[in-house]
Amino acid sequence: MTDFYSGFWGIYIAIIVIASLIGLAYLLKSQMVIKLKKGESADVLHHTWDGDLQEYNNPLPGWWVGLFVLTIAFAVGYLALYPGLVVFGNAIGWTSTKQYATEVKRADDKYAQLYAKFMPMPVPEVARNAEANGMGKRLFGTYCIQCHGVNAQGAKGFPNLTDNDWLYGGTPEKIEQTIQNGRHGQMPAFGAAFGEEKVRDVANYVIKISGRPHNELRAARGEATFKQVCAACHTPAGTGNQDVGAPNLTDKIWLYGGSEATIVETITNGRNNVMPAWKDFLGDAKVHVLAGYVYSLSHGNEAAK
Amino acid sequence: MDNQATYNYKVVRQFALMSVVWGIVGMLIGVIIASQLVWPELNFGPWFHFGRLRALHTSAVIFAFGGCGLIATSYYVVQRTCNVRLISDKLAAFTFWGYQAVIIACVITYPLGITFNKEYAEMEWPIKLLLAVVWVAYAIVFFGTLAKRKVKHIYVANWFYGAFILAVTLLHVVNSAFIPVSMWKSYSAYAGAVDAMVQWWYGHNAVGFFLTAGFLGMMYYFVPKQAGRPIYSYRLSVVHFWALSFTYMWAGPHHLHYTALPDWTQSLGMVFSLILLAPSWGGMINGIMTLSGAWHKLRTDPVLKFLITALSFYGMSTFEGPMMAIKSVNALSHYTDWTVGHVHSGALGWVAMITIGSMYYLIPRLFNREAMHSIKLIEVHFWIATLGILLYISSMWIAGVTQGLMWRAVNPDGTLTYAFIDAVKATHPYYFVRALGGLCFLSGMVLMLYNVLRTVTEGKAVDAEIPAVAAHA
Repeated sequence: MTDFYSGFWGIYIAIIVIASLIGLAYLLKSQMVIKLKKGESADVLHHTWDGDLQEYNNPLPGWWVGLFVLTIAFAVGYLALYPGLVVFGNAIGWTSTKQYATEVKRADDKYAQLYAKFMPMPVPEVARNAEANGMGKRLFGTYCIQCHGVNAQGAKGFPNLTDNDWLYGGTPEKIEQTIQNGRHGQMPAFGAAFGEEKVRDVANYVIKISGRPHNELRAARGEATFKQVCAACHTPAGTGNQDVGAPNLTDKIWLYGGSEATIVETITNGRNNVMPAWKDFLGDAKVHVLAGYVYSLSHGNEAAK
Repeated sequence: MDNQATYNYKVVRQFALMSVVWGIVGMLIGVIIASQLVWPELNFGPWFHFGRLRALHTSAVIFAFGGCGLIATSYYVVQRTCNVRLISDKLAAFTFWGYQAVIIACVITYPLGITFNKEYAEMEWPIKLLLAVVWVAYAIVFFGTLAKRKVKHIYVANWFYGAFILAVTLLHVVNSAFIPVSMWKSYSAYAGAVDAMVQWWYGHNAVGFFLTAGFLGMMYYFVPKQAGRPIYSYRLSVVHFWALSFTYMWAGPHHLHYTALPDWTQSLGMVFSLILLAPSWGGMINGIMTLSGAWHKLRTDPVLKFLITALSFYGMSTFEGPMMAIKSVNALSHYTDWTVGHVHSGALGWVAMITIGSMYYLIPRLFNREAMHSIKLIEVHFWIATLGILLYISSMWIAGVTQGLMWRAVNPDGTLTYAFIDAVKATHPYYFVRALGGLCFLSGMVLMLYNVLRTVTEGKAVDAEIPAVAAHA
């Protein structure tokens, strides 16, 4: 028994449980001493409390005794078949881990072929296939909407999958790779290194390159820092680098928000973002169908052709 | 009057009246949080948010309303069935003011977000310590009085009150084990699956000893008194008392089916929960059968209606409970509103109705009157409360089973048919019906408060004299 370091505890538990069941049965038996003949009625016991409180000495109702015995008998049977006594019983060798594995296998056997048949099909074709697209949408509804939303339009920190703007690339291969292995997006914190003023300067430069109203003086001061530090990932032009998941800063799409306050927060504290890997849980075939659906979200016109 | 010739009714009056007041407060918060689930706009700021008010609701109805009712009746019953005054008026007064201080401390700290993060035990460590002191004082008053009894045999109601007081001491001490980090923050001394098991050993025994044994004590005094009939079977009370007290201690793991709890623990929790069915029903049979020969009284006596309906709901919930503890049923019911419905058929149907019925018997007698100000209002209260319960539990049954079935529904390709939000949308109308049911129940309590206030102002607070003990007792 893997639940314990020592075999003693199994014996300890078994003894207590068996003694308890016997004790309950004995308690019941010990009080079945009153018998009433047909038509006879029970006596009132000779104690009175608070003026008029008394007790009849009626026997235990037969059906109730039967119910009690039945539940104790059930306990004995159940503990013989299922785990409970730790050292023995569990004749059918049941464990919750085994039950889970059996159910997963049964589901895999039943559904695997449905998904596997799309494996030879390239992702854009899977995206156009009505049956696969429906299955992909339902997979998305089960596993992805918790973060990316029912309409796949994302939320703060969770990318919009319908706008054809990609952190790690939107080719069929890249999408499939993202779902398979997950992604870990990291932007380091620069608050301590830059100081408050410099952070605001850089933020204003970032707003400038995204083509929005900004503080000209700060943006001018921030440009040097950006080109020196930030450009390493975001490129000197600020258009981002999909190889490391560095977002394009020159468009109007913001993962965490584009206000000055939010950009200052991002530069100061950095960001740390995780998309889990689905390879082991879903398997290649489901990931392939899912990739087809995600591809179709941003290639709507193409998919319709 | 403060002498050994009379019973101490003062502390009983205090607890009894506060029980009605806290009942209204607790149920009002219940109606508010039920409405927040229907109209989420009603969550105002962090202090008025569902997440904080929910703990306040459960604690207020269980420990403030139920607790004051239990302490009031136990003090009344132990004196009258032992023919002796409480051993110490000062200590009894301390339990009253101390217990109210604990409740008020919870009312202040829970909305501020100061909690221990254990369900039904959210109070932070300074309040926990105060409660422990108050509870020990309560135990001393109760058992001290019992020890000085003038009657040889201990009346059955006192067995149940005694078990309730002892078990709650044990539960509170073990589950509260904490490591303080500051004045208002502490962490559980246990970790992981052990912490979960200790929590649900506590949680289910709070149901078993606070909400069941305690209120069975109430039942064993007020049902035979109001019915004017002897208890049905002494033998039955012996078996079901010991079997209930013993078996409840095992049932906690059914709250943790299909979790990280070891398989063997889950199995034991399930089989002992099933064994609990007969001992629980023993109390129901003894209560309902006490009425045999006096069934006609049910037609005219609304107090008896409360008491007998309470026993019916007790029987129903203690059947439903063991069924929900069966693992395959639990796989459907767990985490759904079915659980919420089950709890309220016990909490409103059993706990609240037996308390309300007992209070309608008790309060006039504490104020030297034969009966409540208005019997008609008790009748109205009974029907509006019953309607409220039916709306509440039937809507939660439907909501719960709907959720359970929607969560497990799969498409032909193995994907889930419904997103979580689909089940939330499907539940929404039932949340409205539930809030309506809660509002009915609360309205009944407001009628009760009016009736109680009229009774109190028309009556006079007196302590009854202790009669001589009958020779054959």
